[in-house]
Amino acid sequence: MIGSTTLPPSGTGAVRRFLREYGHEILVALAIFALLVGVGLYNPRFVSARNLTTIFSGNAYIAVAAIGMTMVIVIREIDLSVGALIGVLATISGTLAVSGAPIWVAWTVPIVAGAAINAISGILVAYARIPSIVVTLGMMAILQGGLITATGGTWISNLPPEYLLAKMTVFGLPMPLVWAIVLTILAGLWMRLSPFGRSLYLIGGNAEAARAVGIEVPRRIVAVFMIHGAFAGLATLLFATQLQVIQSTTPPNLELIVITSAVIGGVSILGGTGTVFGSSLAAVLFATIGSALIFVNVSAYWLRAFIGTLILLTVMADMLRRKRTMKGA
Amino acid sequence: MTIAQTPPPAGGPALSVRDISKSFGPVKALKTASLDLMPGEVHALMGENGAGKSTLVKILAGMHAPSGGAILVDGVQTALPSPRRAAEAGIAVVHQELLLFGELTVAENVFAGHYPRKGGMVDWAFMRRRAQELLADLDCHDLDVDRKLGSLSVAMRQRVEIARALNHNARVLILDEPTAALGERDADRLLEIVLRLRARGVAILYVSHRMNEIFRISDRMSVLRDGTYIATRNARETTEGALISLMVGRPVDQMFPKTEVPIGGPVLEVRGLSCGPMVREASFTLHKGEILGIAGLVGSGRTELAHVLFGVTPAQSGTIHLHGQEIRIASPRAARDAGIAYVPEDRGAQGLVKPLPIRENISMAVLDRISPAGLINRAKEAAVAKRGFDMLGVRASGPEQIAGQLSGGNQQKVVIAKWLQTNPWVLILDEPTRGIDVGAKAEIHRLICELAGQGLAILMISSELPEVLAMSDRVMVIAEGRIRATLPREDATPEAVGHAMTARRSAS
Repeated sequence: MIGSTTLPPSGTGAVRRFLREYGHEILVALAIFALLVGVGLYNPRFVSARNLTTIFSGNAYIAVAAIGMTMVIVIREIDLSVGALIGVLATISGTLAVSGAPIWVAWTVPIVAGAAINAISGILVAYARIPSIVVTLGMMAILQGGLITATGGTWISNLPPEYLLAKMTVFGLPMPLVWAIVLTILAGLWMRLSPFGRSLYLIGGNAEAARAVGIEVPRRIVAVFMIHGAFAGLATLLFATQLQVIQSTTPPNLELIVITSAVIGGVSILGGTGTVFGSSLAAVLFATIGSALIFVNVSAYWLRAFIGTLILLTVMADMLRRKRTMKGA
Repeated sequence: MTIAQTPPPAGGPALSVRDISKSFGPVKALKTASLDLMPGEVHALMGENGAGKSTLVKILAGMHAPSGGAILVDGVQTALPSPRRAAEAGIAVVHQELLLFGELTVAENVFAGHYPRKGGMVDWAFMRRRAQELLADLDCHDLDVDRKLGSLSVAMRQRVEIARALNHNARVLILDEPTAALGERDADRLLEIVLRLRARGVAILYVSHRMNEIFRISDRMSVLRDGTYIATRNARETTEGALISLMVGRPVDQMFPKTEVPIGGPVLEVRGLSCGPMVREASFTLHKGEILGIAGLVGSGRTELAHVLFGVTPAQSGTIHLHGQEIRIASPRAARDAGIAYVPEDRGAQGLVKPLPIRENISMAVLDRISPAGLINRAKEAAVAKRGFDMLGVRASGPEQIAGQLSGGNQQKVVIAKWLQTNPWVLILDEPTRGIDVGAKAEIHRLICELAGQGLAILMISSELPEVLAMSDRVMVIAEGRIRATLPREDATPEAVGHAMTARRSAS
């Protein structure tokens, strides 16, 4: 109704706008802070520099993988194969490293291969119009099966020390941490400032409307899957180079952890909203929760139940918020 | 489960609607609607789009709770809180969009939700036999009740839906635009079935736009306008023209302040444009500053024509010239680049990106232009958004408000603002005021006139006859995929347009 509608109060100042736009991200950051303070008071060793480095650096690859996943979920698709993909890429990369290939090749190939493999999923989703949950479920099985068949389950050892990226430091900071921060900021700004990034929100918010203004939706879907594959490749480098050996299996449930990071970070499973800042923060939150449980002597098995609860609560809150803010048809 | 068809009590109405009203938030969809439905009567319910017919049907089907008023079934006040309770009260509804299960068999569909039991298990033998009986009653003697419903034609599926309705021993049958999706022969057979049910004493409420059908089968007609009951007429004592006047109501000229603007040379010339069965050899010319109205019933092919012009479904044959140059429109992108803009019929589904702020909705069609360095120039975007926001007078806290929070009229303004940023030559408006309330409507109309005044060539599709008549310089009438008539403003009377709209093929 024109004129008579009471509009919800909304900020005019820059601060209020920032709060409204990044409310979810701020909430996640506060949760991390509260956890650090709370558990730190209970057991000061929790907040020791060494423990924090271990937590954040060891889980940085999840934040990196969650960047690509965020883009996929923003356009209202999903990828269940990312865990299997990281396993496959790790084996490819490690095999190259021990076979005497130049280190830069061992580092670059997983990024390119990740994009190439995900291009297949993207094409099936965009052009064959198969729901992404089905495509990537199939892809997950193919990658997992293929990996075991190809390697016979053997581990790759004797990795050259100069290959172990995750053990390196920049200005005293562990490499994975630096990468996760830099990539999150770059990707976040790009999502926010580029026409490409904006088009992802348009597609996720209303693909029909996006198509009507000339955005070539199928091409964007393929591109997003490929970018996501490349980020999976980057995540692989941080993940596979942490130890002296590479297992030829994928870390169990890795795809769920990555998806959960995005969702708890405020990326709406209904598409169209959420940022990589949120998903990276949520990855940090998980790592913190996982470690905190150990420090307060709670079985680590609770971690999954806890995170599961968190997912349900976040999605419920998202649904409620949509219902409230988007009344009417 | 009752099997026998009990005759309705003689005398009083089978169903009475007393001052029923319904509001959706601030929008009043229905105010004081009343009507009586007698046993053994076919009662037509008429009105323009947005008059409240569907709302009334949904209330009687138990799908919406009324905001006020009473419903009497056989003289007893009855609440209809759910579709199940409506069915139990003897009211059966065949909706325009059939609500059936394509993967189940015919018999399963007839009994959907009410499977007969025998010893705790579904009584399949009874179910099949009874379904067969019901369908035989509807002239479907040979239909295999074990066939999957999805394999049947629309006409057959509709009969299954009617059988399902009758299975509940319905004394009141409501048919919502039952012939809209049917061909001529199937429509004729359906009308025969309706008459047969009437002879059996069923009270039938028949919602339709098609005048010839209504006059063929109805005993009485009731007209709704703007959610209000207007009048009931006996079929024998009224005429098509009189009914249209009741539906339209006030003299059309006084409704909207159409401003006269000089009409320039041709902008868009369409010749022999065809695409599938719904767009057949469309030829017309649209001029600078002209508002060309397209009138036609739902399913007449008017939206399909817009989709061809905008490249959603590219043409199979025919030519389109823009400013004398032949253009090919293979995609919405091509249409946009050529200078054609399309404000879709369903702005929620096709136009607006609800989770995003107004600013991002307005700028979305010109992202390339405001991103000179490969990044979105925030200042330019803000300027574009501000311009659109101010020009259309969007009522919101500012361009940063989330688009999904706006009212229908303001959402529509945002969608129009988006397209104006592309500086189009041709603006296609599909149902520009659907679901928008009266005050906002007038504002949108004023805006359309202004845009025409600025030299835009406007193609305006609308189901609302008064809107088309009041706004258009010329009116093009479409039926069954063909342009049936093009009338200059002075000849476009409700009767002339209404007649061309509802005439069947024989009329051409």
